[in-house]
Amino acid sequence: MENSLIELKNCGVNRSAKWLVRGVSLKVSEGQIVTLIGPNGSGKSTTAKIALGILKPDEGTNAIRNNIKISYVPQKISIDWSLPLRVIDFINLVETYELNEIMDTLSITGIKHLLYQDVRNLSGGEFQRLLMARAITKKPNFLVLDEPVQGVDYPGEIALYKTIQQIVKELNCGILLISHNLHVVMSQTDHVVCLNGHVCCSGAPKSIVADPEYIKLFGKNIDPTLAFYQHEHDHKHLPDGSIDNSH
Amino acid sequence: MFDDFLFRAFIAGIGLALITGPLGCFIVWRRLSYFGDTLSHSALLGVVAAYALNFNIILSVFIISGLISLSLLYLQKKTNLPNDALLGLLAHSVLAIGLVLLGLLSFIRIDLMGLLFGDILSVNFMDILIVWIGGTVVLIILILIWRPLFAGTVNLELAKAEGLNPEFANAIFTILIAAVIAISIKIVGILLITGLLIIPASASRNISSTPIQMAIFASMIGVMSVVLGLYSSITWNTSTGPTILGISLIVFLITLLPWKKLLIFKKKIKS
Repeated sequence: MENSLIELKNCGVNRSAKWLVRGVSLKVSEGQIVTLIGPNGSGKSTTAKIALGILKPDEGTNAIRNNIKISYVPQKISIDWSLPLRVIDFINLVETYELNEIMDTLSITGIKHLLYQDVRNLSGGEFQRLLMARAITKKPNFLVLDEPVQGVDYPGEIALYKTIQQIVKELNCGILLISHNLHVVMSQTDHVVCLNGHVCCSGAPKSIVADPEYIKLFGKNIDPTLAFYQHEHDHKHLPDGSIDNSH
Repeated sequence: MFDDFLFRAFIAGIGLALITGPLGCFIVWRRLSYFGDTLSHSALLGVVAAYALNFNIILSVFIISGLISLSLLYLQKKTNLPNDALLGLLAHSVLAIGLVLLGLLSFIRIDLMGLLFGDILSVNFMDILIVWIGGTVVLIILILIWRPLFAGTVNLELAKAEGLNPEFANAIFTILIAAVIAISIKIVGILLITGLLIIPASASRNISSTPIQMAIFASMIGVMSVVLGLYSSITWNTSTGPTILGISLIVFLITLLPWKKLLIFKKKIKS
């Protein structure tokens, strides 16, 4: 397909005579959310790193379309204490943006009030929101999210997944998402790849839950038709604890 | 003006402090404090090689330190050993090779104290040119590679994924350190250059809240230490290099004071 942003063909990564993943083929196109699911150690992050070009596959190929903007939300980042780094500096890490662009994405992710805070004083959830904000500010064509909502509170998690849906629409960008939340995976994504060192099965969410390989790994009890619970607020909580009724 | 040895010492020292500030910040951020040590140990080999081959000392030290830094990058990729083990391995083996060579080539006489502690009071006009021209080149290159180097310092994979080339910037950075060590040998000597890289940067960390601020403050603290250190060493007739570092240590201790609290306290008294 011409509109594919990245395409992995039969990729494998070998570390000290052990295959971390092998035979992985997947494709992410514009406007598409592809999710990777699988147990711990099944090679989800490794696959994401191949797709990003961080890891060179030891076999197979990865074709990344030329001149696309890539954003990455890694699973874990630790900032060294010797580094004085504010939220605004962290957002401007790879590119420098206008202040109003930064304020926009910070308010979307709900951490506008933290602009000049030192990043090491943020809580785990706030830091995760910051990683998302930074990735979105770039207005990417291709976005890789490695467990983007870990440590984020429940309303925040829903808001972040809504944001993801929204930027797919607005920017027509392709997303590779790693998530353990099967409800989100099944209700909000276009294509699911189930990994366990290799691709067990892949396809649309509806077809994948019926796949015997999937049932072997995750059991039968995840029903994709189950509605994703939406905790709809009719108001918004501002950071200082007051309530915003403006909409 | 350049006839005055004290004036020359000031100019050379200030030039050196301006470069070691920002470079030292990256050394602190990347936890490479031992890296300066390793390179300065390898400087002995550089000096011995220069005498043996009748070659320019600064160039020879630069080449040897450059080779050592590149072999560090290579070993980091090839082995599973942590940075400090690799740096220790390189530092002591290269120092040993330098000493063995020095013993073999018995015709060489090296002013060991001069090599270890430098002699800032004996710099000539040529040395000043080398410090300022070399320093300017180092600073310009550092500014050019600042973004990939800094982004890679924060997170290598993120920088790499988003289209920067942090590994290339790392390689350039290690060569810049080698260059600074070569430039500084005559001025502060190999034992003190690590101090001049790390102490001003560490002091600066205590009082700055952004990376660029920290780099600039580090340079300023370095310059302050050079000026006050030279002045004190003349006044009390102490050896110059160590006095400069002593002053920078005092500055470090001063930055540890709880300035914010003190300022707030003052305001409270006023109100």
